[in-house]
Amino acid sequence: MTAPRFGPGDRVRVKRWDPPGHVRTPFYVRGHVGEVVTVVGPMPDPEQMAYGRTDAPPVVVYRVRFRRRELWPEDADPHEDTVVVDLGETWLEPAGTGEEARAA
Amino acid sequence: MGGLPAGPVERHEHEPLPWEKKVDAILRLLVGKGVMTLDELRRGIEELGPGAYDELSYFERWISSIANVLLEKGVVTPRELGEAMERVRARRAAAEALR
Repeated sequence: MTAPRFGPGDRVRVKRWDPPGHVRTPFYVRGHVGEVVTVVGPMPDPEQMAYGRTDAPPVVVYRVRFRRRELWPEDADPHEDTVVVDLGETWLEPAGTGEEARAA
Repeated sequence: MGGLPAGPVERHEHEPLPWEKKVDAILRLLVGKGVMTLDELRRGIEELGPGAYDELSYFERWISSIANVLLEKGVVTPRELGEAMERVRARRAAAEALR
């Protein structure tokens, strides 16, 4: 079993992919940065299971927290709300520290 | 669908109808016995397309997806489904004629 690439507290950016076929990554988080809350662990890969491939290797799932103002900056308040989404590791890449991201 | 902007969620809360419970039971059996996966159900619903997705009710989407997935896997054939649906239609017509 492959070790999880990320841990709690890591900042991750969701890939901005838009492939055909069945994926479980909501459009509203794609391209956005969040923070890993929990490593859920390896789970059956829905992108393979959706085509009946039940013997495909599992994918590590993370619970990732996003700030509401990151996802919907045009919304008024309350701006401190967060949303937590379960995401597969294939969709995540390191987002660096908060300082780097703010400087960029 | 898929987290795209879609406006407010419309709720249609009601007691499940007998046929809806049957659809739920059919899906549980198919998944439990390893004939299909829940992810195939979801993929099948997405593949109904925006038109059908919006027109069909919740369990109508389920049974449409289940039928398509089972056809794809060769579990049932279009002919078997056609004959079975015709039998149901005939039974219903006969029942209505008696009223």
